[in-house]
Amino acid sequence: MKFKALTAIAALMVAAPALTFADPDDDTLVIEGQEMVTKTDLPAHMEDANMDMIMSGWHFRSDETQALQMDDFDNPGMIFVDQALDNWESVEGSAGKSCASCHEGPESLAGVRATYPKWNEDAGEVRTIAMQVNSCRTENMGAEPYKYDSTQMAAMEALITLQSRGMPVDVAIDGPAAETWEKGQEIYYTRYGQLELSCASCHEENYGNMIRADHLSQGQINGFPTYRLKNAKLNTVHGRFKGCVRDTRAETFSPGSPEFVALELYVASRGNGLSVEGPSVRN
Amino acid sequence: MKLATLTLAATLVTGAAFAAEIAPSDVQFDEYGAVDQSLTGTPGNPEEGEKIMTNRGLGNCVACHEVSALDYAAFQGNVGPSLDGVADRWNEAELRGILVNAKKTYDGTVMPSYYRVDGFVRPGNAYTGKAADDSFGPLLTAQQVEDVVAFLGTLEYEE
Ligand code: HEC
Ligand code: HEC
Repeated sequence: MKFKALTAIAALMVAAPALTFADPDDDTLVIEGQEMVTKTDLPAHMEDANMDMIMSGWHFRSDETQALQMDDFDNPGMIFVDQALDNWESVEGSAGKSCASCHEGPESLAGVRATYPKWNEDAGEVRTIAMQVNSCRTENMGAEPYKYDSTQMAAMEALITLQSRGMPVDVAIDGPAAETWEKGQEIYYTRYGQLELSCASCHEENYGNMIRADHLSQGQINGFPTYRLKNAKLNTVHGRFKGCVRDTRAETFSPGSPEFVALELYVASRGNGLSVEGPSVRN
Repeated sequence: MKLATLTLAATLVTGAAFAAEIAPSDVQFDEYGAVDQSLTGTPGNPEEGEKIMTNRGLGNCVACHEVSALDYAAFQGNVGPSLDGVADRWNEAELRGILVNAKKTYDGTVMPSYYRVDGFVRPGNAYTGKAADDSFGPLLTAQQVEDVVAFLGTLEYEE
């Protein structure tokens, strides 16, 4: 038994160079002249996690994909920002209002992306940006809600996210949000599906490693919404969660479900201190 | 006449194998997680095993493991250790145990259990994201496990 363990270790050492090859890089992300914090210390609540620092998913992508995010003219996600700007100003619904009627310019929403999901006192619930957008649409505008992870919603989130670009993620996890956060933490560490993998199995225990052609990142959401070259569209946080849970051969949760809202708060808090960098570009 | 005899023989073999097949919930492990008894009684076919290891819809073992002998399969992962020389480290019963339920050998490992059908949280219907239905079965059949064990048995370091 002992002998076997030793041989196994020897075999691991032989494989070591491949691990270095797959490590996250040390490049610096500068977008339109603004330097982003893409690596920083663990937030206090993560002290027990077996990792040295938190890192943006940008570090795990190829140089070519990284470059697309460094220039707004090359970033396909910016096209959706323009589309959302049109929607921002268009009057919809029975109240005859647009977003601009209440909020003026989108820059009035600076700081929103950095602090959401966030406890809403009146509603008595933790709200994601998408939930807040739909609450404005139905209650203030008398308009139809957007489908939770539709292109229109993703675009509106991109416009709102852009207003906080470069600000540190800073979601609150205490007070009335604590219960939701704990539920999210439990989901993060639950090993779902026939493959019995949790978010942590891939993004905490194995970030930096390759799973087939994919270079595993920490699964941070500071870059969302994300334009993915693979599906050529803007992807929402819940859309990504759904794909990752499906890949464990599990029955997924739905975008906008209480489970994914709680998970979003928890995963966002694992990025507290990283810059908001959406809309980002990934493969 | 010859053809008929052959078909008859084939039927007998399949029939015998079927009778001896051990169901996922009846597999016996020793205290280290090894499974001594063949799941089917029919020796594994290493060539089939090799195909199962690289096929994304079957074992997809190379998603997590590097295997030099399978270097034609692009994009081998490194979530698990390299399987080169694995037959020098583990015997057949141990390899079978790792495949059937690796958690019995390595507590808490991320390696999936390839021949198990219960104890999952929200099991799905393959990769559809929907709930599992009546078609739910182990990731590999009993014979496929034997085939992979046979292939792993060929992975020795050359002296
Ligand atoms: C089977 C492995 C696996 C599991 C389990 C898994 N993921 Fe992922 N995830 C991936 C891969 C592969 C990618 C794409 C490469 C990358 O960014 O890590 C990814 C990407 C992501 C991203 C995008 C990161 C970025 O920078 O764009 C997020 C967010 C994410 N995962 C969150 C989660 C959460 C939350 C869970 C649990 C519900 C989870 N993942 C479970 C494999 C997994
Ligand atoms: C999701 C990742 C994953 C997949 C898929 C996977 N394994 Fe593993 N495997 C591991 C890990 C990780 C270990 C090491 C055990 C540990 O420390 O957790 C391992 C260990 C092993 C070992 C012992 C290796 C040694 O050097 O001692 C064998 C043999 C093995 N796996 C075979 C397979 C085969 C065959 C398949 C496919 C039918 C497979 N694995 C699929 C992750 C995986």
